[in-house]
Amino acid sequence: MAVEALRPYDELVDEIVRSGGASLHLCYQCGVCTATCPWSEVRDVSLRKMLRLAQLGLGGLEGDFLWLCTTCRACVARCPRGVDVIEVISAARRFVTGMGMEPGPLKTVRGHLSDVGNPWGGDRGERLRWAEGLKVRPFKRGMDLLLFVGCTAAYDPRVREVARSIARVLEASGVTFGVLGNDETCCGDPALRIGDKDLFEALARQNLETFRRRGVDRVVAVSPHSYNVLKKEYPKLGAAPEVEHYTQLLARLVDEDRIPMRAGGGSVVTYHDPCYLGRHNGVYEEPRKVLESVPGVTLEEMGRTKANSLCCGGGGGRIFLETPANERFSTIRVAEAERTGANVLCSACPYCVLNLEDSAKTGAKGPLAVKDVAEVVAGALVT
Amino acid sequence: MAVETPAAKPEGPPAPEEVRVGVYVCHCGLNIAGTVDCPAVARFAGTLPNVVRAVDNRYMCSDPGQEMLKKEIKEHRLNRVVVASCTPRLHEPTFRSAAEAAGLNRYLVEMANIREHCSWVHLREKEDATEKAKDLVRMAVSRASLLREQAEKTVPVRRSTLVIGGGVAGIQAALDLANAGYHVPLVERQPSIGGRMAQIDKTFPTMDCSICILAPKMSEAGRHKDIEILTNSEVAAVQGYVGNFTVTVHRTPRYVTKACTACGDCARACPVVAPNEFDMGLAARKAIYTPFAQAVPSTYSIDRNLCLNKGHVIACERCVEACQPKCIDWGQQPEDLQVEVGTIVVATGAGTFDPARLEEFGYRRLPDVITTLEFERLINAGGPTRGHLVRLSDHQEPKRVAFVQCVGSRDLRRGNPYCSNICCMETVKDALLIKEHWPDVAIDVYYMDIRAFGKGFEDLYRRAREEGVRFIRGIPGEVTPNGDGSLRLVGENTLLQERYREDYGMVILSIGLEPQADATTVQRVLTLSRSADGFFMEAHPKLQPVDTPTKGIFLAGTAESPKDIRDSVTQACAAASRANILMARGEISVEAITALVHDESCTGCGLCVKVCPYNAIRMEGEGKGRKARVIEAACAGCGTCGAECMFDAIEMRHFTDAQVYAQIDAATAEHADRKVVTFACNWCSYAGADFAGVSRMQYPPNIRIIRTMCSGRVSPRFVRYAFSRGAAAVLVSGCHLKDCHYINANSQTQRRMERLAEELKRKKIDPRRLRLEWFTAAEGQKFANTIKEMREVVVSVTTDEIQRGVAAYRGRLDGR
Repeated sequence: MAVEALRPYDELVDEIVRSGGASLHLCYQCGVCTATCPWSEVRDVSLRKMLRLAQLGLGGLEGDFLWLCTTCRACVARCPRGVDVIEVISAARRFVTGMGMEPGPLKTVRGHLSDVGNPWGGDRGERLRWAEGLKVRPFKRGMDLLLFVGCTAAYDPRVREVARSIARVLEASGVTFGVLGNDETCCGDPALRIGDKDLFEALARQNLETFRRRGVDRVVAVSPHSYNVLKKEYPKLGAAPEVEHYTQLLARLVDEDRIPMRAGGGSVVTYHDPCYLGRHNGVYEEPRKVLESVPGVTLEEMGRTKANSLCCGGGGGRIFLETPANERFSTIRVAEAERTGANVLCSACPYCVLNLEDSAKTGAKGPLAVKDVAEVVAGALVT
Repeated sequence: MAVETPAAKPEGPPAPEEVRVGVYVCHCGLNIAGTVDCPAVARFAGTLPNVVRAVDNRYMCSDPGQEMLKKEIKEHRLNRVVVASCTPRLHEPTFRSAAEAAGLNRYLVEMANIREHCSWVHLREKEDATEKAKDLVRMAVSRASLLREQAEKTVPVRRSTLVIGGGVAGIQAALDLANAGYHVPLVERQPSIGGRMAQIDKTFPTMDCSICILAPKMSEAGRHKDIEILTNSEVAAVQGYVGNFTVTVHRTPRYVTKACTACGDCARACPVVAPNEFDMGLAARKAIYTPFAQAVPSTYSIDRNLCLNKGHVIACERCVEACQPKCIDWGQQPEDLQVEVGTIVVATGAGTFDPARLEEFGYRRLPDVITTLEFERLINAGGPTRGHLVRLSDHQEPKRVAFVQCVGSRDLRRGNPYCSNICCMETVKDALLIKEHWPDVAIDVYYMDIRAFGKGFEDLYRRAREEGVRFIRGIPGEVTPNGDGSLRLVGENTLLQERYREDYGMVILSIGLEPQADATTVQRVLTLSRSADGFFMEAHPKLQPVDTPTKGIFLAGTAESPKDIRDSVTQACAAASRANILMARGEISVEAITALVHDESCTGCGLCVKVCPYNAIRMEGEGKGRKARVIEAACAGCGTCGAECMFDAIEMRHFTDAQVYAQIDAATAEHADRKVVTFACNWCSYAGADFAGVSRMQYPPNIRIIRTMCSGRVSPRFVRYAFSRGAAAVLVSGCHLKDCHYINANSQTQRRMERLAEELKRKKIDPRRLRLEWFTAAEGQKFANTIKEMREVVVSVTTDEIQRGVAAYRGRLDGR
């Protein structure tokens, strides 16, 4: 006679509660999280049900569902009980990854991070490829700031254009900046989202030591994901430099009238708020200010904007996982963008640019260009 | 008419040969005797100074016990009594009454808590418990020797009540009090009384027409000879104290005289059109207007903010020309009335949550998303659409209507955390109203829980379901407009675990109640407390639901918390009754624990005035003659002024400095280096310690508790004195910062103890030896845990450390 455990996942719940997910107990199943979660738009999946099962020690977070979450924070913002769903999911992922049971592709990512200090498997010595032909200097004590390029901008051919645009804009505005080049290692965000806390700390400490050694006290990040961990997680590990996202720096340069732009053709631009810039860190106005300062640009807002933005589907480690074409949030987002009449869909995050461009190429009805804010500005620079 | 407390002469302690103390050690069956050796404690008591009788007894609180006490008092000519038994919070009144019956003043009785604070919490440490009981008795005898007879003063009380707020609660309270014979000024901010109930269409669960049942009460209040209705008025200031309040009421003029017949010719002529607040902005009114047809007083008023005439410039006189009785008077001025009353009832009502704060619902962005209050006006026959339910966008009747519950309620992040009480039934009622007139309209209610808790509520809910109203569990995430003008709701049907996607012609948001926007002003003017949810706080949630901590001021209606009409009326009747009890005899007595200023020591510095939570101290006189004066009727006896005064000029009756020092002396007479001198406030921390006892939570026997009314009574001098006596540590405890029984006196405690901690640091005294901790009456476990932590400190403090404390403060009784 086989005896089944009544509550087979009790330990998982205890572990979740113990390591920061105690707010799971507050959930009273109102259903707002499911209603808000973008996955509900493409699949028959209920976040509420998963949390309920987890509460009762019956599972919910031990299977595939756990790896769907993009950590977009829409549910956390709306939950009336203050359940920190991201913390709960993170705690569950730490537990599952700790047992070596994360999805295959993410195992590979962990391996790459350990091996070559970036999730893409790129060569450590190739981190400056993006800067070929540009006057980009290594960081020296005394420079205005360090530009933290990040792995996607360093290695992905598409996103390298974003880094190049930023470099051009800063150069044209007279900002002296440097980069760490091959001394830069991954900010650690992918490790954190996959649930490998030790790996994250190792990467973070490495960067912190580099910052300390090279005398870095101000950092400007290309990716909102880097910005987020540099700002919120690094200080927990030791003295960390001040950090901004590059759109915040550009917004200040716009205020001081330091970016030399010429009038160009008119374009209708709509801006997609990246989750890690917007909902996670409240940066909504600066990217818009920068876009509106570009001569000829008209800014239109999509229906779901700012705190109500729809996630592109790239955060929480999902950029490394395959999503079937009919389940991509970015495809829905592209349709929303087209409804505004815009011909440019703009964002400020490498993952958003990759996902939205992919969907625009495969799913847009008309010609819709996908650009990063820096690319729009760089395109208008007086040369 | 203020009552002056004559400056009393300082009375020294009674001469020793006059004091005859009787000590009675209660066994309480085995509750005390099972752990504490009561006969030994009684024998010990007999050796203490001033004790002429020391006896142990099985049950002191029983009738035989009390008879024995009375006999003993008479037989042995006792003039002080110490009962060592349970907590004074239980039986102090019992023994005080027994003493009084034997001819002894009730303030000459002291108790030693050897049960909740001793036998029950040291069950397995009998020797230590007995030693502690002896200490507690020694402390009690020391204090008792210094107790003085007290006479409770009486203060005359005016036979009139100010009611603030003319909603149904205010009207009910006013009627009850006026019918009992009191004069009642009723102050209302709007041009008419009636409040929210006048705006509602029907009431649940009876489906009565709201204004139909309210209007007779409004009329009765309007014509009652003892109710003075002051509309267009607000309370600007309140001076005085219970029984003798002087209130400044600021009246905005109507610019229309009493000759107005409410014919409405003026409004028809007025060219200015503006949204009508009564109809939630869904209909228009003129600059000269009456808020609704059944207004009381039945008159028109001119809204000078809208009227074309500004200041003294009269550019438009159409209303004047149209008015037959010629009752428009531009000459009226704002005025400030002084109203003198004995009690005040606060019935200022509540505001509503603004759902525009939740962008996903599209309120104000989408015209067909409305609130339940707007719905009340639409469906009301006297409302903007004459009772027709139509969409605001195209004035068509909706075929499908959705209600969304809990909008802004039960929401920690973006709304109010509490449940708003009325919204479930409001929606059930609204759904039935729609079905009554338009049975073919499909109605869906999106909810988390349906709270149909009251009388007749479950019936109404069942009726709604019988009528085919659908209840779907799962709050929608978003309201989005469809191309055809309908609205789409998306969410999860949690009971089916399925996503829903439904279209409606109209979405009604069931919004919650919240405190009025000007609650902070009202709070300040009336010295009220507010609970965590922002509504006005009652003195005790179970036992004093309509009293406020400020004597003489009562609460009624939604000003205190969200509730329906029945509960508002009930509370109004309760508040009227409480006010009546206070005023019925024409005078009230004041417990003799108030503050007393000794003029010859008072330097007129005014620090006491600053810390008094009740504004009960006034400075009078000038120059060298400037002295503090306590308004005894307003004084609650917290002792914060006494602790603040640096010149020993304030005596706290029945809780004097000398009595506290005597208790510290007694507690530290032997083995001071093992003891934690503990100060606990009567309302929370002492009660928390009692609770630990009742729950039999065990903790080490190191503490000796000295009770004060408030932690604000604890002067840094007491703490320094305890150190100078060699105490291992001092624990100062009180209510949590927002919960102080005396409004905010414990914030002074915090300030003083923080300063004292700095001083200890400078004197290189181990900072762990002074601890400040807040407990509620329910935090028995926290209390026990704190004592366990303090024991670690006691064990680790060295003799050198103790000596350092003694040296630092020896001889500094004045603490300066």
